[in-house]
Amino acid sequence: MTVTELVSYEDALASYDPVMGLEVHVELGTKTKMFCGCSTELGAEPNSQTCPTCLGMPGSLPVVNAVGVESAIKIGLALHCEIAEWCRFARKNYFYPDMPKNFQTSQYDEPIAFNGYLDVQLEDGEVFRVEIERAHMEEDTGKSTHVGGATGRIHGASHSLLDYNRAGIPLIEIVTKPIVGAGERAPEVAKAYVAELRELIRALGVSEARMEMGQMRCDVNLSLRPNGTEKFGTRSETKNVNSLRSVERAARYEIQRHAAVLSSGGTIVQETRHFHEDDGSTTSGRVKEEAEDYRYFPEPDLVPVAPSREWVEELRATLPELPRVRRNRLREDWGVSEHDMQSILNAGAVDLIVATIEAGAEAAAARKWWMGELARSANESGKALDELAITPAQVARVTALVKEGSLNDKLARLCLEGVLAGEGDPDTVVEKRGLKVVSDEGALGAAVDEAIAGNAAIADKIRGGKVAAVGALVGAVMKTTRGQADAARVKELILQKLGVEG
Amino acid sequence: MPGITREEVAHLARLARLELKDEELEHFAGQLDDIIGAVARVSEVADQDVPPTSHPLPLTNVMRADEVRPSLTPEQALNGAPAQEQQRFKVPQILGED
Repeated sequence: MTVTELVSYEDALASYDPVMGLEVHVELGTKTKMFCGCSTELGAEPNSQTCPTCLGMPGSLPVVNAVGVESAIKIGLALHCEIAEWCRFARKNYFYPDMPKNFQTSQYDEPIAFNGYLDVQLEDGEVFRVEIERAHMEEDTGKSTHVGGATGRIHGASHSLLDYNRAGIPLIEIVTKPIVGAGERAPEVAKAYVAELRELIRALGVSEARMEMGQMRCDVNLSLRPNGTEKFGTRSETKNVNSLRSVERAARYEIQRHAAVLSSGGTIVQETRHFHEDDGSTTSGRVKEEAEDYRYFPEPDLVPVAPSREWVEELRATLPELPRVRRNRLREDWGVSEHDMQSILNAGAVDLIVATIEAGAEAAAARKWWMGELARSANESGKALDELAITPAQVARVTALVKEGSLNDKLARLCLEGVLAGEGDPDTVVEKRGLKVVSDEGALGAAVDEAIAGNAAIADKIRGGKVAAVGALVGAVMKTTRGQADAARVKELILQKLGVEG
Repeated sequence: MPGITREEVAHLARLARLELKDEELEHFAGQLDDIIGAVARVSEVADQDVPPTSHPLPLTNVMRADEVRPSLTPEQALNGAPAQEQQRFKVPQILGED
């Protein structure tokens, strides 16, 4: 294997113009498979969710899942696509043990949705329109485990083991038209597109679209053409790029690799490539089979799908506000910058903050805790924000306790920590840990007197007009009250006792 | 006009994972040619007003509610497997050493 010497990204872009095509597979969140009633529940024992249909037994007959079709139409509509009046499934024939039928039921020249677009917003606010070629229905494949090789990879394996629980789970494949004109921002556009599509899929409620769980997978097709020319170059297809960051890295790497091959007089081979998370590189996979090698033909066991215009309009009426539009509305409501909103989105905090505000919190407070203490905690435990053991309502309760003065920020942090540790809801944690702010003026007064007596020199300075020195005394009081006093009130009391105007 | 060449038969055989000898390729190319010729005659009678048929019944939109139905047990599913390991279907090596 030859190692390609990459050219720098800047040099690549100085000579070439990238053209991309993105294919995204989304696993739908239906209860059952696309063509049979087997459960799609994750984590089941191997081969415990199969039946004669998804095992491809002779005589079995598939019947399409109504929610699968409905989800496909919703996705199509949200992508501003036309919805086919009549379309069929097709058999994509290939021999590979991940499909027991020896074909995948897919759609070929009659996709259910076609000709749409998705507007994506880049980090600086620029909106880029990505044209959609089609969205079609198909089914997922089984899961292979390769045994006997050095690294669990297919190469060098002595045999493979198949679990068909995943075979037949509904997939929607969404294919863009060639993305041209993105120039040096192509990798960024690719990432923003996948991110926006993920938000859209979640907003539609058709899938959780968790990339880390394989519920959404992206293939990055990329080619270069010399600047100023029209004709597309030969493309490579980088398969299964399964995080947003990887989508951007894969596009960037392929731009540099193609440029290196082309500028040294070589030619790009049309092939599939594997992406490597560790160093962001791609390596050669198989040389692409010609489309006709799949010998597509209409699926004789399934009847055509002909969504009535009434049904399509009914579904159109149920579409939620588009995520980008919603984000811009929220951004204005919350009064945050584009950049901050992007961070909130990246952290997966938009819906959590919305829910916290709905539970009574002020926007600024909800944002502060989710993006601060809770984001830190999630980061440390390697969890997503919505996997933390705390609900938006509980966060809202903590903000309410802060607002009424029962907790200060330091105590609020301890309270959140307690909730996350499973000690109960915020009020219970406050009770058990004794986190109430000391508002008993008598106890506070005593602590203040003690601090003044113990720091006579500082007290004199303050009396003499150096009000800034009060911080040291406040600190002393906070220490004796173990952080449970309201710092602003403590400062007031000290200044009052020393006879100084604040 | 030949409907199918010997090379095309060899290609299809490879896609179908069928190992055919030279004389078999000849033999099947001839037979398939006859079959394709016979089917092609249908196109001659079918005019613009006859839509292609993929299904004999005039049905559309036969759909199933998204309700779970019992699956086979893993034992039943694996019952006919030529080989199994760890409750999975065991298949021979897919790719050789590259």
